[in-house]
This record gives sequence, structure tokens and C-alpha cells, in this order.
Amino acid sequence: MGDSPPVGSDHVGGGVHRAPNGCEDRAVASEKVDPLHQFAIVKILPIKVGGLDLSFTNSALFMVLTVAAITLFATWATTSRALVPGRAQSVAEMLYEFVATTLRNAAGQEGMKFFPLVFSLFSFVLFANLFGMVPYFFTVTSHIIVTFALAMVVILTVVGYGIWRHGLHFFGLFVPHGVPMALIPLVTAIEVISFLSRPISLSVRLFANMLAGHITLKVFAGFVFSLGALGGIGVVGSLLPLAMTIALTALEFLVAFLQAYVFTVLTCMYLNDAVHPGH
Amino acid sequence: MAQTPTTHAEVGHGGGEAHAGGFPPFDSSTFASQLLWLAITFVALLWVVSKVILPRIGGILEARSDRIARDLAEAQRLKAETDAALAAYEQSLAAARARAQAIATETRAALNADMDAKRAAAEASLGARLAEAENRIGEIKARALGEVGSIAIETAEALVSALTSVSASRDEVAGAVGTAMAK
Repeated sequence: MGDSPPVGSDHVGGGVHRAPNGCEDRAVASEKVDPLHQFAIVKILPIKVGGLDLSFTNSALFMVLTVAAITLFATWATTSRALVPGRAQSVAEMLYEFVATTLRNAAGQEGMKFFPLVFSLFSFVLFANLFGMVPYFFTVTSHIIVTFALAMVVILTVVGYGIWRHGLHFFGLFVPHGVPMALIPLVTAIEVISFLSRPISLSVRLFANMLAGHITLKVFAGFVFSLGALGGIGVVGSLLPLAMTIALTALEFLVAFLQAYVFTVLTCMYLNDAVHPGH
Repeated sequence: MAQTPTTHAEVGHGGGEAHAGGFPPFDSSTFASQLLWLAITFVALLWVVSKVILPRIGGILEARSDRIARDLAEAQRLKAETDAALAAYEQSLAAARARAQAIATETRAALNADMDAKRAAAEASLGARLAEAENRIGEIKARALGEVGSIAIETAEALVSALTSVSASRDEVAGAVGTAMAK
């Protein structure tokens, strides 16, 4: 394996990951179907502060693009401020109405003070998910640290606002009413655990959905190439994974919307606990 | 050249490890930068959303609901106005109808009275003329009957003188005629 020309392998394997290495034979063979390459973080502008690597990466680039896209879309769609909305304005209004209705239904009128936060979360996740559907684009939400940070924003808001607004009553959240005294320690323990698992479930759900969806897409798309490369019957056979890839693409668009929706709905429900901690 | 494979093996080993343990989403060396840029971009988004996007869309929606409310109120007002106008029209129509009725009744009564009076007058004048005519007939009859005696006397005188050569006096003839007529 050491005999294989390093320059050649470097050249071919360069697109896969930054490891022109010992595994290159395998890497070259499976280059086209390495489904993890799309999640690799690539430094665009290296920044190092102290020991910390704060480089501007492809992930950061797509975060910036996401925010820019939301801003541009929302302002462009509402430039005419039409009484009877056009298509783009309708979409912008629908997003607004959707988040407002969800939040008001879940957390009541008092919950509306979190409207900017929930709208930002929803639009960020939605646009990031949809950006991920563009070929060669990086999916910001396919990294656990990003989704976990977003989930922590929600949970810390719930805890912070709950304690600020209700003081110690906030912890009544963990002690449901109408439970027999003997069961209270057990029920409270369960409630605490379920509360602590919220950021994890909230972040892992989004992360895992985006990750798994993109890997599946890549794997099936890879089958198209590997089968097609065989020629003859392989080309015919490659039609099957091709159809699958097309179907999965549609499914992934659905998932992109659905996960943004689920994230928002759960956020609203958790915020309700901050506003009305009584069960 | 003997060195190269070793170097490669080493790098390869490191790279292989990075690949095995370095499933990109779990590569903690990228966490700091991702968190920093997420914080920067998300705070920027939060600012844009709360300062620009939501006020804009909210303003549009509010303007629309205001407009709809205003239009509805205007429609309500116009409808009330229409209803009032309609009621006034109905009322004046009923009043006019009642007045027409009154005028008709009044006119009919007046005409009837007038007619009755005229008829009475006509009947009265007719009665008077009838009575006058009857009177005249009576007079004529009486006069005619009065003249019958003298005619009879003249006829009788003429007959007597024609049949007999005796000329009777007028008084005798009259007396005889009178006796005969009295029978």
C-alpha cells in the first residue's frame, strides 16, 4: 500500500477528506460513496485565539448565508407592503402567522414575548435544512453541536425566565398536583429527568434526522454511480437506486419542513412551562 | 524513498483515526468555532427578526385587519343608512296612501251630497211642473166641459129650426138641453 504513488492518490483522494493516507486504496475505491464527506468541516479563514480554533468554516459560511437568506427574503417579500399579498408576501405572512398561532396556542398571550426568539429559531432551522437540500451545500443542522446549542437556548430561556418570573414556584413544575405523598419523590425524579432530557431529545431529533437523511441520499446516489460504472446490466440496475434517490429527495424536503415544525412546536410547549409552571 | 512509506503510514494512521473517531459531527475540535459563529449569526438573526422582519410583517397584517375592520364598519354604517332610508320611504308611502284614501273618501262624500242635492232639486222642479201641467189640464177639461152645453144648445137650435119651421127661443132650447143633460 505504501507503493502507490502518493501524488496520484493525493490528487484523487483530495476531494474526499484531508487524509491522503494509508487507507487511500479503500478511500479511492469508495471515494464516490463516502457518505460522511458532506459533513466535513473545512476551514475557509483560519482564526486561532489562544488555544481555541475559531476559524471561519464552511459551517459558519452557511450560517451566515442562512441568516442572510432569511433577512433578504423577508425584506424583499414585504417591500410592496401590499394589502392583497403576492406570492412571496403570502409565504412570509404564512411563516409569521404559523409561528404566532403555534406560540399563542401553546403558551398563551404571555408567551408572545418570545415571538422573536421562536420565529428566529424556526426560520433558522427551516432555512438551514432547506439549504442542505441544495447539492454541494453544507447542512448546518446536521451537526449536533449546532442543534444542541439551539436547544440549550430554548431550555435556558425556559429556566431563566421561569425563575425570574415565578421565583421558586417555577420548580413546582417538577411536583405535579394531585399525586399521593408517597409517590412525590418518584414522580419528581421522573419529572426532573424528563426535563433534563428535553435539550437532548430536541437537539438529537433534528441532528439525527438531517444526518440520516443526507447519508441515505448519498448512499443511494452512490449506488447509481457504482452500478452505472459496471456498464451493461449495471446501467439498467442503476435505475432502481436512481428512483429511490428521487423519492428520498422528496422525502428529505418533507423532513426539512417537518423537523423545523417539530422543533418550533416543542419550543413553544417548553416555553409554556416557563410562563405557566403549574401543571 | 525508504522513509516515505513510513511517513505515509504514519499520516495514514493518523488520518484513519481521524476518520474512525472523527465522524465529523462528533469532532470536538470544531465545536468552538461552530458555537462562536452560531452565536454571532443567531444573535444577528434575532436582532433582524425583532427589529425589522416581525414589525414589518406585523405592520402589514395589522394594517390589513384595520382596513377590513374599517370597511366592515363602513358597510355597517351604509347598511344602517339604507335601512333608515327604506323605513322613511315606507313611512311616507304609507302616509301618502292614507292621505289619498282620505281624499278619495272625502271627495266621494262631497260628490254624493252634491248629487243628492241636485237630484232633490230636479225632483222638486219636476213635481212642480207636473202639478202645473195637471192644473192646466184640469182647467182645459173644465173649460171644454163648459163649452159642451153651449155647443149642444146651438146644435139643438139648429136641428129644431131645420126639422121644424118653428123657431124656438134660445131660452127654451137651453132649458130643454139642460134638462136632457141633467138626466
